[in-house]
Formats: sequence, C-alpha cells, structure tokens
Amino acid sequence: MKRATIDLWVGIFVTMGFAAIVFLALKVGNLATLETRPSYHLDAAFDNIGGLKLRAPVKAAGVIVGRVESVRLDPKTYEAVVSLRMDNGYQFSKDTIASILTSGLLGEVYIGLEAGGDLAMIPDGGRIAKTQSAVVLEKLISQFLFDKATSGPPPAPGAPK
Amino acid sequence: MTSLASGVRRIGAGTLRAISRVGFATRFFLAVLRHTPSALRRLQLTAREIYFAGVLSLVVIMVSGLFVGMVLGLQGYDVLVKYGAGDSLGIFVGLSLVRELGPVVAGLLFASRAGSAVTAEIGLMKTTEQLSAMEMMAVDPLARIVAPRFWGGVISMPLLAALFSAMGVFGAYLVGVRLIGVDNGTFWGNMQAGIDFWPDVTNGIVKSIVFGMAVSLIAVFEGYDAHPTAEGVSAATTRTVVGGSLAILALDFVLTVFMFRGLGNG
Amino acid sequence: MPVNAIEMAGVTFGYDRARPILRGIDMTVPRGKVVAIMGGSGCGKTTMLRLIGGQLRQQSGVVRVAGQSVCDLSRDELFALRRRIGMLFQFGALFTDMTVYENVAFPIREHTDLDDALIHDLVLMKLNAVGLRGAAQLEPNELSGGMARRVALARAIALDPMLVLYDEPFAGLDPISLGVVGQLIRKLNDALGITSVVVTHDVYESLKIVDYLYFVSEGRIIAQGTPEEVRHSSDPFVRQFVDGDPDGPVPFHYPARPYMDEPTVAAR
Repeated sequence: MKRATIDLWVGIFVTMGFAAIVFLALKVGNLATLETRPSYHLDAAFDNIGGLKLRAPVKAAGVIVGRVESVRLDPKTYEAVVSLRMDNGYQFSKDTIASILTSGLLGEVYIGLEAGGDLAMIPDGGRIAKTQSAVVLEKLISQFLFDKATSGPPPAPGAPK
Repeated sequence: MTSLASGVRRIGAGTLRAISRVGFATRFFLAVLRHTPSALRRLQLTAREIYFAGVLSLVVIMVSGLFVGMVLGLQGYDVLVKYGAGDSLGIFVGLSLVRELGPVVAGLLFASRAGSAVTAEIGLMKTTEQLSAMEMMAVDPLARIVAPRFWGGVISMPLLAALFSAMGVFGAYLVGVRLIGVDNGTFWGNMQAGIDFWPDVTNGIVKSIVFGMAVSLIAVFEGYDAHPTAEGVSAATTRTVVGGSLAILALDFVLTVFMFRGLGNG
Repeated sequence: MPVNAIEMAGVTFGYDRARPILRGIDMTVPRGKVVAIMGGSGCGKTTMLRLIGGQLRQQSGVVRVAGQSVCDLSRDELFALRRRIGMLFQFGALFTDMTVYENVAFPIREHTDLDDALIHDLVLMKLNAVGLRGAAQLEPNELSGGMARRVALARAIALDPMLVLYDEPFAGLDPISLGVVGQLIRKLNDALGITSVVVTHDVYESLKIVDYLYFVSEGRIIAQGTPEEVRHSSDPFVRQFVDGDPDGPVPFHYPARPYMDEPTVAAR
C-alpha cells in the first residue's frame, strides 16, 4: 500500500469523522441554538416549580428565548428561585409574568413569559416580579373533588353550569 | 475430600494467575504510554494504523449504523405512537444513538473487526520471531509496533462512533420521515430540543474514547502476550473479542452511572 | 580491541530452577572466525544466541561480547551493542508487512539519518551481495525459503555489524539453497571482516564452511575442535552426530521403564 494512498484515505476518514461530530453537535444536538449567542441572566421565584428541569426552555409566545440554568430553594421564603439564561436579542418589560407551563398533558415543562406594557426593561441579573407557579395535577384534582362535594350532585352532562 | 481441596487450589491458582495478568497488563500499559512520544514523533506509523483500524472498518460501521437507525425508527415509532408521542421519535432515536448505541455498538464492531486483526497481527509477528528480530536490531517493538497500533485505535474509535451515530440518525430519518411520514420539522426540531451538545453528545464522545482505549489496549496486549503458536494466536484473538466486548459493556455501565446520574432536577 | 568477539565462562541458564537448560558453558569465539554450535534439537543452542544478544539473562557465569559483559549493560548500552550485531532468525523473520527492499532498509532507516538516495544505494548493495537485487520489490510471502533466508541475511548485514549470529540457517532448505546460504555465510564473513556464530544441527554443511565447532548436549559442551579434528574424532557423541547413527550416546528412546514392565505387555 502506497504511503500517499494511505494518507489520502486517513485524511478522508478523519474528515468524515469530524463532519459526523459536527453533525451530531449542530443538527442532532442544540449547540447551534444557544451556546454561542450572547446572553444575560434573570431570576424568577416560584412557590412551586413542579417538574421543571435544568435546561428547560423559556418561551415567549411559543418562541424559545432562553433556558433554565439553575434552580435553588430560597432558605428564607421557601420559594424556588430559578435562574434563566436569556438570549440577548430579547428584552422583557418589568411587569412580565413568568409561569410554569406544560406542553400538552404529558409534554415537557417549560417557563412561559408574557410581556406586559411597562416601558422599563428588566436589567441583567434582575428578577421577574410576577410569577405563576406550576399547576400541580394532584392539587387540581383534589380541589375539583372538594368543589364537587360542596356544591351538591354533579350537573347532567351538557347542562349549563 | 482431595477433590474438594484440589478444586479450591485450582480456584486459588486461577485467581493468582488473573491478578498477575492484570498486573502485567498494567505495566504493559504504562510501557506503551512511555513509548508514545517516540511513536507519535513518527506520525506516519500511526497514520498507517488509523488506516487499518479506521478506514477499513468504515464500511461495516456505516452500514451497521444505517440499519440500526432504521430499525430504531420503526420500533421506536411503533411504541411511541401508542402513547401519542410519535412526534418524539427524533429525541428517542437521537438520544439512544448518541448516548448509548453509537459508542457501544461501534465499539463492539470495532473490537471484532479491528481489535482481533491487531491481536492476530502482533501475535503472528511474535510467532514468526519478527518482534524478536526487531529487538535484536535495537528497535523496541513497543515503540515501533505496539504504540502506533494502540493510538491508531484510540484515534479511530470516536470517529467511528460518531459516524455510526450520524448514519443511525440518518437511517431513522429515512424510515421515520420518508417512510412513515413523521413531519420533517418535528423530527429534527424535537431532536434538537431534547438533545444537548453538553452533556449528551460530549458524553457519547468521551465514552467512545474510553472504549477505544480499552479495546486497543486489550488487542495489543493479547497479541504481545500470545503464546507463540497457531493455537496461541487464535486463542488470543478470541480473548480480544470476548474481553474487549465485555470491557465495553462493563465500562459503559460504569460511565453511564457517573455521567447521567443526578442530571434530572439539579 | 579484544581478540575474542564472544567469551562465555561458566554460564548457566534455566527458565525455572527445576529444568536447567545450560549447565556451565565455556566457549570463546575469536574475531574473524566462523564458529558453529552443534547439537540436537532442544539442547539449548538457540538459548546461547539469546544470551549473547542480551534477550535473556544468565543465572550465573559471564557472557562477554566485544569485551563487554552483556548482562551488566544498561538498556541504551545494550541497544548500542545490538546495532553492531546482526542476527539471522530460523525462518528469516522478515517483516511481512514490508517489501524485501523495505525489510533491508529497515535497520538503516531506524538507526541513521541517511537520505533516501543513499539508503537506496546501500540496500541494493546489500541485496546484490546475497544475489537478490532483482527481488527488491517482492513481498516476503512471494519468496522461497532459501530466498527469504538470504534477504534476512542482507538485512542482518545492513548496518555492517562486527558479529552475525545465525539461528539454524540451514533448516528446511533444499540442497542447492543450503549450499548457497552456506557459501554466503563464509564469503560475507571473510569479505566484510565479521565474526559469525552458526547454530545448527547440519554437520555436513557446517564442516565445509566453519573454522571451529562446539558440540552441545544437555546444556554442556561435550566436544569441540576444528573440522579436521571433528572428522577424525573418536568421541562417541561426535561420531554419532557426524555419522548420523540413530542410537548412541544420544539414545533413540526417550527415558522410560523397561518395555516388559508396561501393563499391556506384562499381561500377556
């Protein structure tokens, strides 16, 4: 086997291998979507974050604008403080509401942002004042049952409430 | 009574032999590392081994990756669609390939394709006194023969695993999107949303590097340590495939425990 | 410069204590001579070569090559010594992944910084010396046994060694190849001014080319002499070896109990 032929094939092989790694990073993984863009941080405190996970998306009107970077418990207020890594291209007003939502019944948990009308924007490292906690299904069901118990027999299907 | 004693004695002898072999292998590994600089100074030698370990494994790795991906696409969709989660096919396929199947299956193929070839080659060189001849020419076989083959394997393995995963994703795309009709955007979009470069993809790469080192070390060691007869070389080749495969599966478990434990809620 | 290329004194060696292979070898090889070490298979001849080359280490006694005690050398010194020793292995031990040309060029490339043109000249010169310049581009598996032996010889003398060790150079060769290799050993020794040690069991060929012979049996040197002395020796072992008698001091039978004591025979 000629030296030049071996070199050529090894070159092709290594190039293909690295192309595959780049493909995995950019097309399969999410390296392209966030890591490289400049970002700023926001905090938000919730009573309950439900099943929120690290790196869960932060969406505004369905568009991903950031990711959950860390979650910790405030030892004084016993609230969950979620740190968000936000895309620099999107700024949010001071009266923005952050809520923990679930896409579909069993889908992923994410944070939804609903911008308000305030002209002042939240600065880097600032805190989102208005938050809405996760809807915990068990609580919802027990509340529903409790309501039913107190309001008498259930109405007939289709009847106006 | 005597048969019991001899049985126990046999266990003891076997254990001692295994321990001394592990010790020998460790010393061998350190010796290979010590000879690495001189081997890497002459990159041509390692390039040659990348050719034999990597380029010649290319076809089997890529074809296997494609088929594994296509099967994953079919089976995964079949299960997921029962829970109304057919859209998550991309995540399912991507994660299983990038985290597990890519490194592990590529590693198993690598052990049987390239690892056994390296063991047989070195074992045969020992049998035909080529290693001895090299020593007598004042050339250390560890530097000239073993170290380049070790590093050729270590370099080839992650590239092969990445190619396997990439081909697998492509295979799943063919089946999922082209054949079954999952939406193209949903397939890729869900995959990207669910798979992180750090740690999912990088952990897969780390795994494949570790597997490459384990299989390459076993392959060169078994070859170098082979009994210099035809039976000895064939037994050593078998040990490379069996030992390499078991090492990959065991290491995979250990690495998975360390890598993906506690990533859930932070 | 010491007069003797190799001196061995009181050398003992065994892979384990229970089975000594060499039990007190005394041997000298003068510079410029061709010396044969003869003996039956498995008597420790090859082990002696490995001790000379420093691949094994004797349990007691001294092995000196060019005046240096081999087992006292550091690794670097040993490698420096080995560059001055050529060794021809039993079946050539050519590198099967290289052409004939690359095989001969191997030691030159490894140990010198010569440019390709000069290496080319050297390699063809060495191959010409063994009559195989035309086979330079062949692969080792295309060579006959005798040709492989000659290529290995060209490789062994590639760095112009002071000493060449031959491990069974005649084993498995047809009579013509055998004669060719034998003559080459003698001619190269005289032309290049080297010292040669030939380990072999081929008495007939050795007697034609060597200056001196040592006979080894059961780890000891039991006879020695010039070819002339050996031909007229009355030593029973030497006679058995030279005449090729099946039985003699080297018994035909592997040690066993008397035949009549074997259970199946006794039962009759």
